[in-house]
Amino acid sequence: MHIVVCIKQVPDSAQIRVHPVTNTIMRQGVPTIINPYDLFALEEALRLRDRLGGTVTVLTMGPPMAEDSLRKALGIGADRGVLLTDRFFAGSDTLATSFALSQAILKIGETWGVPEVVFTGKQTIDGDTAQVGPGIARRLGLQQLTYVSAISEVDLAGKSITVSRRAEGGVQELKTALPALITMLEGSNEVRRGSIGDVLRGARAELVTWNAAAAGITEMGNCGLRGSPTVVKRVFAPKARATKAVPIETRERDAETIAEDIIAQLYATQPALEAELLRTAAGY
Amino acid sequence: MGTAPTPAAPSRAGMKKELPERFKSYKHVWVFIEYEHGEIHPVSLELLGEGRKLANKLGVELAGVLLGGNRAALQEAAVQVWEHDADLVYICADPVLEHYRNEPYTKVMTDLVNTYQPEIFLLGATVLGRDLAGAVATTLLTGLTADCTELAIDDEGSLAATRPTFGGSLLCTIHTLNFRPQMATIRPRVMAMPPSAPGKKGRIIEHAAGLHEIDIITKVLRFIPDRDSNKAQLAYADIVVAGGMGLRSPENLQLVRALASVLGGEWGGSRPLVQKGWMDADRQIGQTGKTIRPKVYIAAGISGAIQHRVGVEGADTIIAINTDRNAPIFDFAHFAVVGNAIEILPALTDAFRKRLSVNRLAG
Ligand SMILES: Cc1cc2nc3c(=O)[nH]c(=O)nc-3n(C[C@H](O)[C@H](O)[C@H](O)COP(=O)(O)OP(=O)(O)OC[C@H]3O[C@@H](n4cnc5c(N)ncnc54)[C@H](O)[C@@H]3O)c2cc1C
Ligand SMILES: Cc1cc2nc3c(=O)[nH]c(=O)nc-3n(C[C@H](O)[C@H](O)[C@H](O)COP(=O)(O)OP(=O)(O)OC[C@H]3O[C@@H](n4cnc5c(N)ncnc54)[C@H](O)[C@@H]3O)c2cc1C
Repeated sequence: MHIVVCIKQVPDSAQIRVHPVTNTIMRQGVPTIINPYDLFALEEALRLRDRLGGTVTVLTMGPPMAEDSLRKALGIGADRGVLLTDRFFAGSDTLATSFALSQAILKIGETWGVPEVVFTGKQTIDGDTAQVGPGIARRLGLQQLTYVSAISEVDLAGKSITVSRRAEGGVQELKTALPALITMLEGSNEVRRGSIGDVLRGARAELVTWNAAAAGITEMGNCGLRGSPTVVKRVFAPKARATKAVPIETRERDAETIAEDIIAQLYATQPALEAELLRTAAGY
Repeated sequence: MGTAPTPAAPSRAGMKKELPERFKSYKHVWVFIEYEHGEIHPVSLELLGEGRKLANKLGVELAGVLLGGNRAALQEAAVQVWEHDADLVYICADPVLEHYRNEPYTKVMTDLVNTYQPEIFLLGATVLGRDLAGAVATTLLTGLTADCTELAIDDEGSLAATRPTFGGSLLCTIHTLNFRPQMATIRPRVMAMPPSAPGKKGRIIEHAAGLHEIDIITKVLRFIPDRDSNKAQLAYADIVVAGGMGLRSPENLQLVRALASVLGGEWGGSRPLVQKGWMDADRQIGQTGKTIRPKVYIAAGISGAIQHRVGVEGADTIIAINTDRNAPIFDFAHFAVVGNAIEILPALTDAFRKRLSVNRLAG
C-alpha cells in the first residue's frame, strides 16, 4: 500500500518573539520543527505500512530549508521525501496550499503509485486553521475523515476503511471507501523514535525536490498570493487591559481573612452572584 | 534604524479590485445552525448575535441554515433560531442528513450557497463546523478565515475577520476581497450569547436535498456518546476554577475540584497538567484547549501565558492566586491575590461552604 503524509515545517512557537516596538514577528534564529500534530499522522502511517506492507512518502511544501523536516521524517522511518518548493507558492492561504499539495499528490501517484491513504495532522501550530486537510480531500475527491483517533480496519482488497473519529459529544465509528484523507487527532498514538539506521539514512537520503513545473502544475493563478482569496490586511498587538488588577491584601494575613476579603470584593463587583450561588447550592 | 524586522504580513492592501460581476448579487448574512441529537449547539446562537450586527450594518437579512433528518424537528428548532433574531431559516430535511457526515452536508451546503447566494457565511469552529467549513470553502473556491475573535464590516462593506496568530501574541485582520461568500469560523464562547426574544417569528424556506443513501459512500456504524458529559460543560460553566503548575503536585488538584464543587462550577487547568498526565485533555483551558466565558474564573498557580490568556479573557471576573507578584496573569486578572494557592484554595472553599450553607438554612 502507498501512503502519503503531509508535514509542515513550523517555527518552534514556544520561542517566537514579537518585536516590542514594531509588533512584528522576529523569525530570525527561531528554530523550526515538524508541526507536532503531523507526527501522529506519520506514526499512524508507519504503523499501517508495518502491518500491511508498502511505502510511506512524506510531502512538504515550503522553502528549501524545509528539507530538514523531510530528513527528520525519514529518520523516524518514512521511505521517501518530496519537497515542493517554488517562489510562486509564497503567500499561499489554505486554498492555494491545498491546491499545490493536491497537485503534488497527483504527481506522486503517477510516479510511485496512487496512494490509498493521504494523512495530514489535525492542524498546525502556526497558521492553526485545520483547513488544509479538508481542502486536499475535496480537491482530490478523497473521502474526508477528520479528527481520527483510531483506524480499526483497512481492507485493501475491498477498498474500505473503518475509523473512530471525534465528533461533537462523542465518537463516531465510520466506514468508508479508499482512497481516503485522514487528519489524525493528537495523542492517538505514541510517536516512535527512529532506528539508528533510519536516522543515518534520513541524513544522507536523496530527496525529491519539485518546483511547480516539475509537480505538473500549470495553473499558476491558483498558487501563492494570486491563488489565495484571503488577504491579511493588518497585523497588530492585542490591546492591554485598561485597568490594573485590584490587589487583595495578603501580607501578614491568614488564609481565612484573605478568603473572606476575596469573597467580599467578588460579591461587590457582581451583586447578583451571591443569590445565584445560593440557588445553585440549594439545588434549584 | 536599518535593522527593523520584516513585516509579518505580505501587504496586499492595494490588491482590491472591483468585485467580479458574478458575485454582485450575493447578499445577506448566513449562520450555519449546528443541530445534532435534537439540540442546537450554543455556538450557533452566539453567531446569530454576531450575524445580526453584521446584517444591520449592511442593511441585509440574517438567515440560519438548519440541516437534519426530521422535518418536524427542524421546524421546531427554527423557532429558536427566529427567537435569536434570524429573519429567516433555510431548512433541508432528509434522512440522509440525520447524522453529520461530510459528504452530504457539503453537497447540500454548497447547493444552498450557489442557489441563494449569501455574502457572508459563519460557522462554529467546532469539530463539525471545521470539518464542514473547509470542505465547503474549497468546493466554492472561496476564502475561509479560521477561529475569528472579532468580526466587523469595513468602510467598503467587506467582512474584516480578526483572529489571533502565533499563539495569541498578535492579532491579524483577514479579508476575502474578490470572492463570495466571505466565510469564517468562530470558536464556542468567543462571542457572547445574545438575548432571545420569545415569540419572535420569521420565515422558512425549504430546500430539497435530492440525495439518496445509496450514493453516500461513508456510513456511520456507531455513535458512542462521551461518558463524562460534564466535561463538555466546561466551556459553558458560569464558575470555573483552574489550577496550574503552581499546585506543585497532582494531589493538590483536589483543592481545585473541591472549590469548584462548592460553587457548583466546573474545573480545569493549564496545558502542562495535561502533558504531565495530571488531568484529561478536555479539561485544558486556553488556545489549544477550551475557551471559557464564565462569570467568575479563579486561576490558582497559573502564570498567565498568552496561550492561556486567550482562552479566559472573556470571563467577567478573573481572580488570580499566584506567589509571584510579577506573574503575567496579573496583567489581565481583575483581582490579584499574591499568595500560596495551596493554602488559600482550602480557606476559600471553607469560607464559601459556610456562607452558602448557613444562608441556606436561614432562608
Ligand atoms: C497568522 C496566520 C494566519 C492565517 N490565517 C489564515 C486563515 O484564516 N485562512 C486561510 O485560508 N489561511 C490562513 N493563513 C495561511 C495558512 O497558514 C497557510 O496557507 C498555510 O500554508 C497552511 O495553513 P495552516 O498552517 O493553517 O495548516 P492547517 O490547515 O492547520 O494544517 C493541517 C495539516 O495540513 C498539512 N499541511 C499544512 N500546510 C502544509 C504544507 N505547507 N506542506 C505540507 N503539509 C501541510 C499538515 O499535515 C497539517 O497538519 C494564515 C497564516 C498565518 C501566518
Ligand atoms: C502552541 C502552544 C499552545 C499552548 N496552548 C496552551 C493552552 O491551550 N492552555 C495553556 O494553559 N497553556 C498552553 N500552552 C502553554 C503555555 O505557553 C504555558 O507554558 C502554560 O500555560 C503554563 O502553565 P502554568 O501557568 O500552569 O505553569 P507555569 O508557567 O510554570 O506557572 C506556574 C505558576 O505558578 C506560580 N506558583 C508557584 N507556586 C505557587 C503556589 N504555591 N501558589 C500559587 N502560585 C504558585 C508561579 O509563580 C507561576 O506563575 C501552549 C503552548 C504552546 C507553545
